[in-house]
Amino acid sequence: MINFLMRRGLVVGTAAFLALGIAGAVAQQAQQQVAAVTGEAEISIQSFQFVPAILTVAPGTAVTWINRDEEPHNVVSPDRVFRSKAIDGGEKFTTVFDKPGTYNYICAVHPHMRGTVVVK
Amino acid sequence: MDDTQKPDNAGTSRRGLLKCMAWAGTGIVWTVAGGVPRGLGLGEAFAAPMDGFTFVQISDSHIGFNKEANPDTNATLQAAIDRITKLQKQPTMVLHTGDVTHLSKPEEFDTAAQILKSVKQDIHYVPGEHDVIGDDGKQFFERFAPKLKTGGWYSFDQGGVHFVGMVNVLTFETAKAGGFGAEQLEWLEKDLKGRSASTPIVIFTHVPMWPIYPQWGWATEDAPQALSYLKRFGSVTVLNGHIHQVVQKVEGNVSYQTAFSTAFPQPAAGQGPAPGPMKVPADKLRSVLGIREIVMAPPKGVALTDVTLA
Repeated sequence: MINFLMRRGLVVGTAAFLALGIAGAVAQQAQQQVAAVTGEAEISIQSFQFVPAILTVAPGTAVTWINRDEEPHNVVSPDRVFRSKAIDGGEKFTTVFDKPGTYNYICAVHPHMRGTVVVK
Repeated sequence: MDDTQKPDNAGTSRRGLLKCMAWAGTGIVWTVAGGVPRGLGLGEAFAAPMDGFTFVQISDSHIGFNKEANPDTNATLQAAIDRITKLQKQPTMVLHTGDVTHLSKPEEFDTAAQILKSVKQDIHYVPGEHDVIGDDGKQFFERFAPKLKTGGWYSFDQGGVHFVGMVNVLTFETAKAGGFGAEQLEWLEKDLKGRSASTPIVIFTHVPMWPIYPQWGWATEDAPQALSYLKRFGSVTVLNGHIHQVVQKVEGNVSYQTAFSTAFPQPAAGQGPAPGPMKVPADKLRSVLGIREIVMAPPKGVALTDVTLA
């Protein structure tokens, strides 16, 4: 299962990377005004917190959560725009944010853990 | 929290006794076997033979967890089942108050079901948050409660006692703690309506129904509404898991009882930066894991014994 999760993360990440390769130049130009991350971005899960708690990215960015705790976590947005399975310690989960918007999410195992991805 | 008793601040004057029974005003007897026995300190302590029927609560088996705090959660769940088999009076049923699995993985559900097959009694389950990761409990309910309607909550009668299994791990998105949600609360109100106030009630659920430590999610946000429906009943016992340690509180006619895990202990509320598996020396592990034996003898009362796996 660990392998499966990581492999899936890799596949999604690669697809996003290829897509960005095509639209990359245009996207980059459009995003120059905002200090948004493009391409790939990472959110660390450590000590029961999402770091950074608020991440701003450009549309099409592949965001990867890496769990650096021993405890399992997951990420789920209330409206199920994205939802991971359990991310155990050392595992990761990647999803691509195509549409602009503000995406709040929580860890469904530890509901006091909250984060936001802003896509613009 | 003044009348909350924790294992680590227990009196030691009765150390060595296997059974210590203290009747409280609500007719609750609480004992610990295999550890340091503690009474509630309310009323006169005496040992009374209990008739009535017995059932067992097990909790937080976290099948799939294999880190340092307990590399073999299969073995400790099996040890818990062996404890049940050895009970002098065989229980009529078993309640599992959630976190059967650690990561909601299909193979974890397979292993858990395989081990729990050796329990002779019917097992009534409610899910923990570890059982519903990523699928809102689909696998859990298919596996452990296939006949249930949407939502996963249910009730049944046994020996004159009304049992209510409630789900408080599926509303985490709106509450920073456990929650039942409006639909389930509405169902509970209807379920209790028309029942005599002298019917003993047992509520079993995963997350504590009183705010032990909301900062760590050790609370159920809309529990006060559920409790308002329970106020008129003379005897209400709330059994839960989630925090992997025995903590109790008696408030009016309601007795709140959190149970041992069969997998690993957790720190006491607020001790350390976060909840999670607590490492203890390997030879001490089974003394902080356990099962709970409950004797229901209406109208006399309820007797609880937390039995360690040591």
